[in-house]
Amino acid sequence: MPSTATIQTLERDIVVVGGGSAGLAAAISARDAGCESVLVLEREPQLGGILNQCIHNGFGLHAFKEELTGPEYAARYISQARERQIEHMLRTTVLDIADDLTVTAVSAERGVFRIRAKAVVLAMGCRECPRGALDICGTRPAGVYTAGTAQRLVNIDGLMPGREVVILGSGDIGLIMARRLTLEGAHVACVAELMPYSGGLKRNIVQCLDDFGIPLLLSHTVVNVEGTKRVEAVTIAQVDEHLKPIPGTEVRYPCDTLLLSVGLLPENELSRQAGVRINPITRGAFVDDSLMTSVPGVFACGNVLHVHDLVDYVSEESAHAGASAARYVRQLAEGAGRGASDLVPVRVAGGIRYSVPAFVSPANMDEKITLRFRVGAVYQNRYVSLYVGDRRVQHRRKQILAPGEMQELTLRREELAGIAPADEIRLLLEEE
Amino acid sequence: MSTQHLTCIRCPKGCQITVELEGTEVVSVTGNGCRRGDEYARKEVTNPTRTVTTVVPVEGSPVARMVSVKTAADVPKSKVLDVVRALAGVRTTAPVHIGDVVLADVCGTGVDVVATKNV
Ligand SMILES: Cc1cc2nc3c(=O)[nH]c(=O)nc-3n(C[C@H](O)[C@H](O)[C@H](O)COP(=O)(O)OP(=O)(O)OC[C@H]3O[C@@H](n4cnc5c(N)ncnc54)[C@H](O)[C@@H]3O)c2cc1C
Ligand code: SF4
Repeated sequence: MPSTATIQTLERDIVVVGGGSAGLAAAISARDAGCESVLVLEREPQLGGILNQCIHNGFGLHAFKEELTGPEYAARYISQARERQIEHMLRTTVLDIADDLTVTAVSAERGVFRIRAKAVVLAMGCRECPRGALDICGTRPAGVYTAGTAQRLVNIDGLMPGREVVILGSGDIGLIMARRLTLEGAHVACVAELMPYSGGLKRNIVQCLDDFGIPLLLSHTVVNVEGTKRVEAVTIAQVDEHLKPIPGTEVRYPCDTLLLSVGLLPENELSRQAGVRINPITRGAFVDDSLMTSVPGVFACGNVLHVHDLVDYVSEESAHAGASAARYVRQLAEGAGRGASDLVPVRVAGGIRYSVPAFVSPANMDEKITLRFRVGAVYQNRYVSLYVGDRRVQHRRKQILAPGEMQELTLRREELAGIAPADEIRLLLEEE
Repeated sequence: MSTQHLTCIRCPKGCQITVELEGTEVVSVTGNGCRRGDEYARKEVTNPTRTVTTVVPVEGSPVARMVSVKTAADVPKSKVLDVVRALAGVRTTAPVHIGDVVLADVCGTGVDVVATKNV
């Protein structure tokens, strides 16, 4: 590594790490909020992030009122960024973010360089749980892929991972890939899901599995993988209510490919280096209502903050982060800004696993903010309730709540009127 | 009178829709959260259709080997696999723009296959 003296150092008001849908929306909205100096850093040779490999349609119904494919949705934001002449660097990987907001990056063109920023927006997305994180017995042959890797192979590189396929996990990527591989001429024997419900959207079960007669085996898991060089077969068994395989239910499926669609993890190594406090539930940063993390000037949005099912909400959330970053930079110049002392925690209970944001500032919050949350199991006919101190300010009946579907509610500033310093905001499910 | 239960695929909500039929005539549609669901259900029980998306190779681009494409409108569900097979030999050359026709009137459906990415 060259010595500090020779390292090129740039200065920008806002540095956005990642040029996927989150990074693009954040940069556009920071610019629209008046910040002229915004730089997007992206590791890949193109902007758009994961959307580039999501060639199926179903994006943008909420944001554009049309059904777009992933690349088309990305193109809308890429052209908005282009119109605003937002600076970006491709094939540029961020290596480190220091707590004084010095960003270290590397590219073939510039080598290692630094950017001194006034605010940083984290938009690195997420990655899939690799196989090592699962315990499946048996050999470790080739032919085991995460569903997202397979998606990249087929849609970006034009390569088929295999011909006879079993999929473990019914997350959306697994479901989408079941259809994709079938269309490309492979045979998908089944999708096995450990839980008694699918982690994917209902529409994907209909149009990706039912349309092609691919069975979804709920409460099933892979108990063995066979093959020396390449996968030759997998064994699937039913599980009991404690998720333990039931002896005698094993079925062997000869196949050459096993796809794992078992979950996504926010990509937070850089955030940790910067000293950002991570929520063990979401595996993303704890943020306040401006989407600022525990490190002043560092904001987070999109899948790096918490895993989203719908890109429309990623764009919405990220636009808020970008506008907040621009405001932070402005307030910094004015010597103003919010303190951490006036933050009220949002406590979750009764089936709700987390809330983003995790803290709200009654003094500084916008007129209204969005709380996004997920439940831990499938619930029917429950009320989502929001308490401020002892006061119940919201009470909304939901016919169905499932872990696979992110929920949201709007909190208005006036609902927090008269909040005492010791009060908490509580978000929970109630039976009545 | 017969009843069919469907899951609407027009948006991520996935409403559970019940369709009542008198022979092939739709008598009622219930459970849909919006008008699009009504439309979907009537079509699904008479002439189900789908949008098809896939990729075709692109030459002459420094970044991309494949370009993503879709049917510009829905095609009959029974033709989905035929559409993908018809595209198997198709190649494109950069530059390709979103909306460019990659294959016209695919499988006699009257629907064009168009690019969904600028390459
Ligand atoms: C397979 C799949 C299918 C989906 N299907 C749908 C759907 O049908 N409908 C829908 O609405 N939503 C869907 N989604 C959800 C939605 O598309 C995503 O949640 C959204 O696009 C995520 O955007 P993001 O910007 O947070 O992350 P990403 O798109 O992953 O972007 C992160 C970017 O950061 C870059 N990066 C990471 N680390 C660094 C670094 N150190 N330095 C520089 N750059 C870095 C990455 O290269 C990447 O480009 C799907 C998601 C996936 C994964
Ligand atoms: S009926 Fe309307 S709201 Fe319900 S899934 Fe269909 S499109 Fe969505």
